[in-house]
Amino acid sequence: MNGQQTLWQFMQQQSGKLLTQTVEHIGLTFISLLIAVVIGLPLGIFIARKKQFSGAVLGIAGVLQTIPSIALLGFMIPLLGIGPKPAIVALFLYALLPIIRNAFTGITGVNPSVKEAAQAMGMSAWQILFKVELPLAMPVILAGIRTATVINVGVATLASYIAAGGLGEFIFGGISLNNSNMILAGAIPAALLAILFDLALALLQKISFKKLKFGLYAMLAIAIVLAALYLIPTSSSSKLTAGFTPEFMGREDGNLGLQKKYDLKIHTIVINDAVMYKAAFEKEIDVISGYSTDGRLKAYNLVVLEDDKKIFPPYYAAPIVRQDALQKFPDLEKALNMLSGHINDSVMTDLNYRTDYLHQTPERVAKDFLVAQHLYKPATAGKSGTVRIGSKVFGEQYILANMYSMLIEGYTPYHAATKTGLGGTKICFDALTNNQIDFYPEYTGTGLLVLLQPNPAVLQHIEADKDKTYQYVQQQFIKRYKIQWLKPIGFNNAYALMMRKQQTDKLGIKTISDLKRFLDSEQ
Amino acid sequence: MIKVEHLSKHYGQAKAVNDISFEVVDGDNLVLLGTSGCGKTTTLKMLNRLIEPTSGQIWINGQDITSQSPELLRRGIGYVLQNTGLFPHYTIVENIAVVPSLLKWDKQRIKNRTQELIQKLHLPDDVLQKYPHELSGGQQQRIGLARALIADAPVLLMDEPFGALDNITRAKIQDDFKTLDELQRKTIVMVTHDVQEAFELGDQIAIMDQGRIVQQGTPAELLFKPASRFVSDFLQSQRLQLELRSVNLNAIASALPDNIVGAQEAASLNGASSIWQAMEVLKDARHPVNVKLADGTLKAINFTDLMLAYESYQNQAKA
Ligand SMILES: Nc1ncnc2c1ncn2[C@@H]1O[C@H](COP(=O)(O)OP(=O)(O)OP(=O)(O)O)[C@@H](O)[C@H]1O
Ligand SMILES: [Mg+2]
Repeated sequence: MNGQQTLWQFMQQQSGKLLTQTVEHIGLTFISLLIAVVIGLPLGIFIARKKQFSGAVLGIAGVLQTIPSIALLGFMIPLLGIGPKPAIVALFLYALLPIIRNAFTGITGVNPSVKEAAQAMGMSAWQILFKVELPLAMPVILAGIRTATVINVGVATLASYIAAGGLGEFIFGGISLNNSNMILAGAIPAALLAILFDLALALLQKISFKKLKFGLYAMLAIAIVLAALYLIPTSSSSKLTAGFTPEFMGREDGNLGLQKKYDLKIHTIVINDAVMYKAAFEKEIDVISGYSTDGRLKAYNLVVLEDDKKIFPPYYAAPIVRQDALQKFPDLEKALNMLSGHINDSVMTDLNYRTDYLHQTPERVAKDFLVAQHLYKPATAGKSGTVRIGSKVFGEQYILANMYSMLIEGYTPYHAATKTGLGGTKICFDALTNNQIDFYPEYTGTGLLVLLQPNPAVLQHIEADKDKTYQYVQQQFIKRYKIQWLKPIGFNNAYALMMRKQQTDKLGIKTISDLKRFLDSEQ
Repeated sequence: MIKVEHLSKHYGQAKAVNDISFEVVDGDNLVLLGTSGCGKTTTLKMLNRLIEPTSGQIWINGQDITSQSPELLRRGIGYVLQNTGLFPHYTIVENIAVVPSLLKWDKQRIKNRTQELIQKLHLPDDVLQKYPHELSGGQQQRIGLARALIADAPVLLMDEPFGALDNITRAKIQDDFKTLDELQRKTIVMVTHDVQEAFELGDQIAIMDQGRIVQQGTPAELLFKPASRFVSDFLQSQRLQLELRSVNLNAIASALPDNIVGAQEAASLNGASSIWQAMEVLKDARHPVNVKLADGTLKAINFTDLMLAYESYQNQAKA
């Protein structure tokens, strides 16, 4: 994995995966689209007939559309679990509004005197619908389907969050692994699919009414075939299922190491960090790749499996700051280092527990902690410029960002602005190097394995030692990016395999080797 | 035969049609005449159940129209819409063939009948494969008429079929309409707000006002025996021309002198010609002209004879 591979090479190398993901992507898009048409079209026709229901139906469909996709997927785990089912339902819900709305608009837009003529000629209500209203409304209806298709191709990338596959696996994997080729290998086919379907439907919209009929049947047939392509591999040899984040999947101190050192054979699906713990709790998956300090560990009653072969080295967490920001804000470094030594592993886990389980706001958790440590000072006027703080999208980072914000405002003459929720490592890091933020909390392991990606010899030498790792990344970051690692905060963060406590008790699993033995014995 | 009794349509407080009764005998043409909003279209649409009445009853050929499904009823009634209502996604042939396809005629029969109508309505052959928007307004009106006529339904309802056309085109279509043999056997109810048209085409005219029929009668009856001030005022502006057009030579035959110019000379006017037509012929004629009357007699008249006879007819009619 040393460095410069071209996009083309990557795609060739991963062509099997790419094909599977593309097929999954198309399948997801079309199954959900088909269901949306089957339900949305009659619903649109119905509200065109009974206008008193149109407000309610369009309103509900409109509200569904505004629910953020990842939230919708999260809501569905308790109901439908993970995998294709909730993904299809979510996509279906997104596709509904344009289809219902355009069917409604199309049908109500048919010239009333034409409808009356049809009636006066002695056509029945069904004949009027099929021979007059639908053909005349068809261009508008097709425009709705077209919109829905394009939306679905886009949203289907998020299906990978809940282990439903699709091109999102490459896209989000690439984002967390800082692998641009991987991102593009997912993003380019997704964009092409959107363009292709859009063009095909645009063509369909333009052809005459006669051919349209044929075109519609053709489209229906194609849609069914494409939908059928998406055969879901539900059966697996192993009784346990692992749900790993895309980042974990590609890391040496993650799944790669797990394979090499433990030779763990477990049915694995790719799932997003945000829904992973919940999915484990809901028994959708059994083994997950979490962080050792994550509060959800406690919240969902999960236990960490002991890493008896030491493949998950502990890493420091520390703020990383652009050097020019340190020059611009001379008092900044001192303020950030104030936190150092105050948070150890158990403290961090407890803080995480407060946000993740007790649902306290990160601000409150941050303030309570600083007050208790006698570090809190009310904000000064902050007239000498604004420091921009970044954070990735999970609780720990939110809490740290808030603490830093309070320290900066209390102890320096600067104002602090938090830009929280910067996706994964890549987004956060790119924001930093591109001067969109001034610093964010990072982990040395991530710096080493995801950002620097040194060659195996170097890796071998430093990997297991957290201080060597810290020194190496500190040097390299200054040299390569002009970014400074400040003092470690004090807690370590490392990957860990987790399972439900109940299940480990039942199966007598305490270590990863236990897990391996259990999996091997089972076959 | 169409029979309507105590027919009303109310929209809330508004009485769009207010207790009307009338009859149309077989083969007759009844024109509903009145100003905008007086309830003509509403009345017409109740005849084929596009609108269900608030109260009242309608029979067509002795059968209560509610005894049949609306679809079946409508397939047996030709209907020409106020604004053509052609299907924009159908070609002209397909538009014309809507009702026969519903009636499951075979293709050849539809084709033959379409050809026949196209010729009778003086439409060029090449319109058949076009779409409605490619036709002129007048052509579209003719197609609307063809569509209503194709299944040869015995009853024809027409809502301002010649509206929205320039005068010359309208006169042409009206002429075609009058000379169309198929229409002679049909029972027709036609709506118009155009007094000239009503008098030109109607055997019977019902004048409507605010949902009521104020008077029903032949053109001559309405002119010479108006039932109310409203009726005479309604016709006042065009009275002279209407009178001259609505009275024919047969009606004034008894007041014409008995001169015969010469048995060998062919008659150039007949009894069915209106006084207006006779005046057109006579105003340039240097000699008296032969008229062939309904009873077979031949009379030779000049302009003065005509005027004198008409005057005495008028006095009689109003008495
Ligand atoms: N659906 C309806 N709801 C309420 N009022 C209506 C409705 N349809 C018609 N009317 C009213 O009934 C009256 C008669 O309407 P109708 O369409 O029969 O008039 P019309 O004589 O055909 O007029 P025009 O010559 O303008 O076509 C009008 O005052 C109209 O406003
Ligand atoms: Mg009308």
